[in-house]
Amino acid sequence: MRRLASSRARRSVDPSATGYLFVAPFLLVFAAMLVLPLGYAAYLSLFQDRLIGGTVFAGLDNYVTALQDDRLLQGVLRVAKFFAFQVPIMLAISLLAALAIDSGLLRFAKAFRLGIFLPYAVPSVVATLMWGYLYGPDFGPVAQLADKIGAAAPKFLSDGWMLSSMANIVTWEFTGYNMIILYAALRAIPHELYEAAAVDGAGPWRTAWSIKIPAIRPALLLCVIFSVIGSFQLFAEPNLLQRLAPSVIDSAYTPNLYAYTLAFTGQQVNYAAAVSFLLGAVIVIASYTVLFLTNRRSKR
Amino acid sequence: MFRHSKAGIALAAIAALTLAACGGGGGSSSNATQAQAVSQADIDKAMSTPTELTFWTWVPDIKKEVALFEAKYPAIKVNVVNAGQGEPQYTKLRTALKAGTGAPDAAQIEFQYVPTFSITKSLVDLRPYGAAGLKDKFVDWTWNQVSGSGGEVWAIPQDTGPMGMLYRKDIFDKYGITVPKTWDEFAAAARKLHAADPKVSMTNLASNQNGVWMGLLWQAGVKPFEVTGADSVKVNLNDDQSKKLGTYWSGLIKDGSVSTDPDFTDQWYQALNRGQYATWLTAAWGPVFLSGSAKSTSGKWRAAPLPQWDAAKPVSGNWGGSTTAVVAGTKNPIAAAKLAEFLNTDPASTKLFATQQFLFPATKALLADPAFVQEKPAFYGGQTVNQVFSGISDTVDAKFQWPPFLDQTVNDWDETVGKSFADKSDTGAALDQWQSRTTTYAKNQGFKVNP
Repeated sequence: MRRLASSRARRSVDPSATGYLFVAPFLLVFAAMLVLPLGYAAYLSLFQDRLIGGTVFAGLDNYVTALQDDRLLQGVLRVAKFFAFQVPIMLAISLLAALAIDSGLLRFAKAFRLGIFLPYAVPSVVATLMWGYLYGPDFGPVAQLADKIGAAAPKFLSDGWMLSSMANIVTWEFTGYNMIILYAALRAIPHELYEAAAVDGAGPWRTAWSIKIPAIRPALLLCVIFSVIGSFQLFAEPNLLQRLAPSVIDSAYTPNLYAYTLAFTGQQVNYAAAVSFLLGAVIVIASYTVLFLTNRRSKR
Repeated sequence: MFRHSKAGIALAAIAALTLAACGGGGGSSSNATQAQAVSQADIDKAMSTPTELTFWTWVPDIKKEVALFEAKYPAIKVNVVNAGQGEPQYTKLRTALKAGTGAPDAAQIEFQYVPTFSITKSLVDLRPYGAAGLKDKFVDWTWNQVSGSGGEVWAIPQDTGPMGMLYRKDIFDKYGITVPKTWDEFAAAARKLHAADPKVSMTNLASNQNGVWMGLLWQAGVKPFEVTGADSVKVNLNDDQSKKLGTYWSGLIKDGSVSTDPDFTDQWYQALNRGQYATWLTAAWGPVFLSGSAKSTSGKWRAAPLPQWDAAKPVSGNWGGSTTAVVAGTKNPIAAAKLAEFLNTDPASTKLFATQQFLFPATKALLADPAFVQEKPAFYGGQTVNQVFSGISDTVDAKFQWPPFLDQTVNDWDETVGKSFADKSDTGAALDQWQSRTTTYAKNQGFKVNP
């Protein structure tokens, strides 16, 4: 009886449909939270809604304006610069930490791992508020310490330092996250490789350089791609630091901040949608460039 | 009824295919707002019909005032919602209005934002509900702030912020500075003070605080904006008077005798507590705010009017203050209008605002109330601070107008004029930039801009 029922069930459900059933919840959320809003934003970006005269169809006007918008371009260049110097430092630290834990030579590996990962659990808003306090020009602990020893306090929130100060916050936040990805990849390397290396007389440094790092190349690449996206979407940090240094961070400091300001301060929702789409295109191109460059290098 | 006419016009437009497009649509629905007066019978009926109102406000403990209203009109229940203070609340309100659902019946709106919301037809003209008759209850200049160019009454004033000067008596005494009556005296005192103690600045002109700049323009008699019609506006941000003001302040800033720290930040609070600013040019809500934020300096502060450009004719500007407005699309305009009226005119309710929430009154009655003006807070060494500001309130120029796109104007100020203060760069050029950025924005938004 039971056998019959189950065989009937098996016959009535197409095996390939089961797969779709499993994916369905994801697809539903994906459609509702990503595809629909994207479509709506694309639609919005084709109009111009004015305070006087209402909404008119604008075609690609918003995009043409955005492409010539110097403030947007400056913002994109700024985050590109940010990406170029922040991400290598962050990934180097993550990699070192992951290798250190994986080496098995650390005494308090678990505490170490948790300690590095912990900042990631702190929301970036809280992290920025905290660092903003530490950077404080008069009352911050660094400034007070400098005052005690009679040195000039570093101006963390000045024009020249701001990007580095922000890079420091982001590095602090995401080093642990990347470390976990890299560490997981290291754990997946087959042990025979290590044994073979040991037989060939490789020490721990040589093993790390010639076996471990090449083996986790895909994971490293994943971290880079995440970082491309993260850097170009920089928002919470500049938005909060703006309050502390309003004359250093303007509303177009990063493209995402610019889009936000356009939509919620200037009420130019349509133009903001166009800017967001262009930013998305920039991210796609940057990610693709990273993939292309690293692929070519590995083929050589 | 406003909703319907607006939707009708918007439907005619191509853009009406989207919900979001409706918000700004329909430039000619102003006729709809000229509704006929509502009869007393209608009002009585509405006020005795069981109704639920939603009221967005950030005033703490406003439930006490609302309770008085509910006691008078037992049929009406008011849900008080704190949707954020200032900008966050406005953002939510705009979003709800665009979505066409979720907006409150009444909301707290600051004076400077009334035109920004009335231009998008987001507020209900309160004249049909008897608001025009309330004019004489309020300090004269406040009524212009809530009135539209066609005589509409967009909101009922709640509290105000006539500007004065709070100063550290101990610092002034220490360096032999007398309270400056004119801006020339103020500048001389600033330089004297800075020479005596470079760590103290005469005042802090926050590089992120457009409100103070507007208040100073207001005092100087500058008319930065004039709404000259439904779709035309005058923008006048860089005339000779503004430039004169810019030269005056940037001079003091370049000397180092005036600092430019962003205000309401940790650093600023610390500086107030440590006595790094000898004065705070602030509004009538400033005294109570300061006594809560700089407790360690209690007894050292005093209040005085702003220094003057012409000592013979004292004038002041205003910084801050709020109103209660009725939000377009409400199903209960009568009850909401009466809520706005009651909260801000009822003697018991207004008194609560002044004594419990320390809002500076907008009604003439309370400003003349001895119990209010004779108060002698210890923080100000027993000075009758309210009396000082009550006097200042009478000198606020009535003709000042706000632009119908304030957010953008403020943002542009931060990035031009405010930035020039912080960077000690050319404020005159920054004023020109502010003018051109604001003009460009206004034109892009479809306004006819007259210089």
